[in-house]
Amino acid sequence: MLRLPKFSVLHPSSVAEAMQQMEDSQGQGRFLAGGTDLHPNMKHRLLEPKQLIALAGIEELHGISFADDGSCRIGAMTSLHEVATHPRLQSSYPALCQAAGLVSGPQLRHMGTLGGNVMLDTRCQWYNQSYFWRQALGFCMKKDGSKCHVVEGGSKCVAAASNDTAPALMTLQAELEWAQANGQSRMPIANLWQADGIWNKKVAPKELLVAIHLPAPSAHHFGAYGKLRDRGSIDFPLFGLAVTLDCNTDKTILSAGLCAVALQARPWPLKKAEALLVGTRLGDESFLAAVEQVAALASKQCRPMPNIPGDHEYRQAMVPVYTRHTLFAAAENRGPVHLL
Amino acid sequence: MAARDQHGVDAPWDQGFRVVGKENRKVDGLAKATGEAIYTDDIQLPGMLHAKMLRSPHAHARVLSVNTSKAEALSGVMAILVGAELPIRYGVIPWTPDEHALAVDKVRFIGDEVAAVAAVDEDTALEALNLIEVEYEVLPAILEPEQALTTPEPAIHEDRKRQDNISKHVELAFGDVDQQAQDADIVVEEDYCFHSTTHTAIEPHCAVAQANSDGRLTLWSSTQITHYVHRALARVLELDPARIRVIQPCLGGGFGGKSDPFSLEFVVAKLALKTGRPVKMLWTREEVFYAHRGRHAMQMHYRTSAKKDGTITGVDAKILIDGGSYSSFGLVTTYYSGQLLTGPYTFPSYRFDSTRVFTNKPPCGPKRGHGSVQPRFAFEVQLDEIAHRLRIDPIEIRRKNFVGEHTHTVNGQRITSNGFLQCLDAVEEATDWKNCYGKMPFGQGLGVAGSMYISGTNYPVYPNKMPQAGVQLKLDRSGLVTVFTGGNDIGQGSNSMVAYLVAEELGLLPQHIRVVAADTDLCPVDLGAYSSRVTFMVGNAAIDGARKLRKQLVSAVAEHWQVDAKDVRFIEGTVVDLSDASRSMSHVEAFHLAEEMFDTLGSTGAYNTPTLGGDYRGGTIGASPAYSFTAHAAEVEVHTETGRIEVKKIWVAHDCGRALNPIIVRGQMEGSTYMGAAEVVLENHFLNRFGLHAGPSLLDYRIPTSMDVPEIEAHIVESIDPEGPFGAKEAGEGPLHSAIPAIANAVFDAVGIRLRHLPFSPAKVLAALHAQKELV
Repeated sequence: MLRLPKFSVLHPSSVAEAMQQMEDSQGQGRFLAGGTDLHPNMKHRLLEPKQLIALAGIEELHGISFADDGSCRIGAMTSLHEVATHPRLQSSYPALCQAAGLVSGPQLRHMGTLGGNVMLDTRCQWYNQSYFWRQALGFCMKKDGSKCHVVEGGSKCVAAASNDTAPALMTLQAELEWAQANGQSRMPIANLWQADGIWNKKVAPKELLVAIHLPAPSAHHFGAYGKLRDRGSIDFPLFGLAVTLDCNTDKTILSAGLCAVALQARPWPLKKAEALLVGTRLGDESFLAAVEQVAALASKQCRPMPNIPGDHEYRQAMVPVYTRHTLFAAAENRGPVHLL
Repeated sequence: MAARDQHGVDAPWDQGFRVVGKENRKVDGLAKATGEAIYTDDIQLPGMLHAKMLRSPHAHARVLSVNTSKAEALSGVMAILVGAELPIRYGVIPWTPDEHALAVDKVRFIGDEVAAVAAVDEDTALEALNLIEVEYEVLPAILEPEQALTTPEPAIHEDRKRQDNISKHVELAFGDVDQQAQDADIVVEEDYCFHSTTHTAIEPHCAVAQANSDGRLTLWSSTQITHYVHRALARVLELDPARIRVIQPCLGGGFGGKSDPFSLEFVVAKLALKTGRPVKMLWTREEVFYAHRGRHAMQMHYRTSAKKDGTITGVDAKILIDGGSYSSFGLVTTYYSGQLLTGPYTFPSYRFDSTRVFTNKPPCGPKRGHGSVQPRFAFEVQLDEIAHRLRIDPIEIRRKNFVGEHTHTVNGQRITSNGFLQCLDAVEEATDWKNCYGKMPFGQGLGVAGSMYISGTNYPVYPNKMPQAGVQLKLDRSGLVTVFTGGNDIGQGSNSMVAYLVAEELGLLPQHIRVVAADTDLCPVDLGAYSSRVTFMVGNAAIDGARKLRKQLVSAVAEHWQVDAKDVRFIEGTVVDLSDASRSMSHVEAFHLAEEMFDTLGSTGAYNTPTLGGDYRGGTIGASPAYSFTAHAAEVEVHTETGRIEVKKIWVAHDCGRALNPIIVRGQMEGSTYMGAAEVVLENHFLNRFGLHAGPSLLDYRIPTSMDVPEIEAHIVESIDPEGPFGAKEAGEGPLHSAIPAIANAVFDAVGIRLRHLPFSPAKVLAALHAQKELV
């Protein structure tokens, strides 16, 4: 079996202690959430932190709670399994629960956390490989080298955001709560991302994601997640799309959220497509027509690259198909959409 | 000679079978389920060192120098090994020894072994690998088989008689296939492709070696062929084989992927000799992908001629086989690609022209259904095309061309029992074929296919006239029977099979039998777990040995009771007197009586094949004492929007002669069928444009999860083979073959597209559906 590099592990019991330990690690530290992505990446020598700071023992990072106004706080260390199966979350934020429920397989959803999935490293078929493999190929710019094997002569890393929950949280306008030396800060998740596959977040790995905040759902909220993958379990998305629809009482869409993943470095919001849905009524001709327009637009705006495994032209062909089905699933309170 | 004795198919005691045919627990089932079972990597010896392999990052290069001085200086490094220290070539087929344990002159694929380090722990060994300096002269890599065919230079193997990249060429013709094509009512001629897939046994390869001060070497290895490893070790290490002991501990799956001698076995042995300390090497999953020996990719051109009524008159095949970088079993693969197609159907003319070439990729070898799964796919799809064009039901055309039982094939193979028609009947009935085939809504379909496979062959890999399988039995005063067999239990249950047969023969229960297997110091030679030979050959040897003891036991009791031998019956460990119901004894007492009469009790048993095969060069390759037969029917749904083929259900009917344990037979039928189905829609051992395996991990090499497998219904057909142990034939490989064309044929029934190039990715299906629309 592949060996892990040498490292030590600390087990802080509070956020403040964890932050201090990160500070003390002098750039050699990394937070350990579920470890389901970090450990394989360490085995592949993609990340070689000398100090892991395990977050499992910090109580305030765990749990799902609802405020009186219906808004929700999910501790960053809440497992994906808990998120996927929580009854109130399922009725309030179906897109998120469906996305969390399609991450990998059951064992890894018990270990993996929502915060960890938000902070997931980008993925690429030329990057998520062993040291030997990457050496035989010639190292790429994301780790140990300067070339790009996806885009020949490319100067920017296009490794793909592959976190299923990210697009769902985008459409739900989640806010991320970070621990800071002098207190806490919150930012909309939309502000987190940058178009750089090497590190696709504007927040450094040494910052600690504490919780994910979700605004109270509207009275008539619908949502779904669609995921293209080869198998019925385990696989990272080859294309993912989250849809949320907020309607008035007669099911006329007041606002819509669409966001894709597994394309390029960032989760990919489809703003123009969202606008096409507003004002249409679920189940009406107007909605059906809008769905077709959105599917067509999505295939223009989503351009899968040969970055992750699989035939990127096929992934492209599946963009409108999964867009259409995920929209219908949301409108009909169904989902998730996968293995079509 | 005893090895060629026939033991009959009937129960040894005249009241029917008491163990055989029952759903007995596997002898090692509990140990495996509880984690007690000892696999090679569980072995920890005092002072044991850990070894790691340095591998080539180049697909094709000359090794100019290997400098190990920096690595040797690293604290904790105990020994370093380079190719020059193991200069003798080996290969599982004695005629094609083209492998070195570590590269001597050249590396031939990315991942080829160059040097090895033994150190106090794995991390130190890995650190040392980074300090070894290798100077390469990179050569052009040949990655495509067509390129290998047309490009003699650079020759991947330079020191062969042939100065090209052709590994093996076989052309055999029977009857006048061209004339038959001219005279035929219909000729179908198409190209078919089968891609490479790998075994994905859950246990990675592992070996541990210990050199004792008395000059003995012990190797524990996750091999499925202890005997060939034993021979190869003696050859490469230049040691007296009597000083070498090879043991196969519990094995976590083989499927053909552990049939070759592998570099790690020589390397740990040599490192143990060098250091005087035990040495272990465990390969990573990535290294297992490089070791490969998986399914050969084949490009196949088939031309089949038939009469209007569906009678096949000729089959003509031209096959290009991508062998990867070494010969492995390639000579046999090349023959098998043609020799094993001549049943379950008969045809008066047949020709095949198969060429295996070398490419700079991980070496291919035997994977479940060695060499014959690919041609079977092509031919069974072609047969479906003929049936469709002639408007004959696909099951009917298969019945019509049935080769029969107790007959010979066009290429001279002897067929004994043959339950293929019952296999067809079983799937026809189970699927409600007549009401469903061709009548399901668009998108849903049924397909059928048939196949046959060997139960071992009479080709013993290295020429010799000794038995192919041997056992020894020892009867203990405690009542325990110990059976020593060289047979390799690789999870298929061969140790259980031996226990069942000996228990049946001696009138005991499986718990009275202990099986000691696959230890060259203790066990008589068996040629190992490949070619589906173990049940047939070791089973016959076990009956042969047990029958001798049975005679002694019965005569001792008869003497004691003063009755006729025919009145003595052993029933599940109790001995009864048929002439006097009040009289009985335990089998333990019977053992004591027999030991008093005959001295220490023991026996040997052996099996060898009858003389088989056509009288021509290669005529014995693929000649089996008995063939198994299979029919598959598959139901698929083709999702036309996404191109995804959903295999909903597969019915598999398999003629295994006699099911010695039906639950194990069904397990083999199901496992084979899952494996075949996955090769159609998921698995792909794909080498990218750099010659690198595209995803050498269990994440990226997509084997099915429990969410991805179809429902399977297994129907056992028992033709009772006259020469099999109590009538048994193989069940481990045959039931894979026709799963693949059955799915292909079901796709045609579902949506009318004829897919001839595996794997059937959704993209390929979509493209075919689009092409079909444009035609309309």
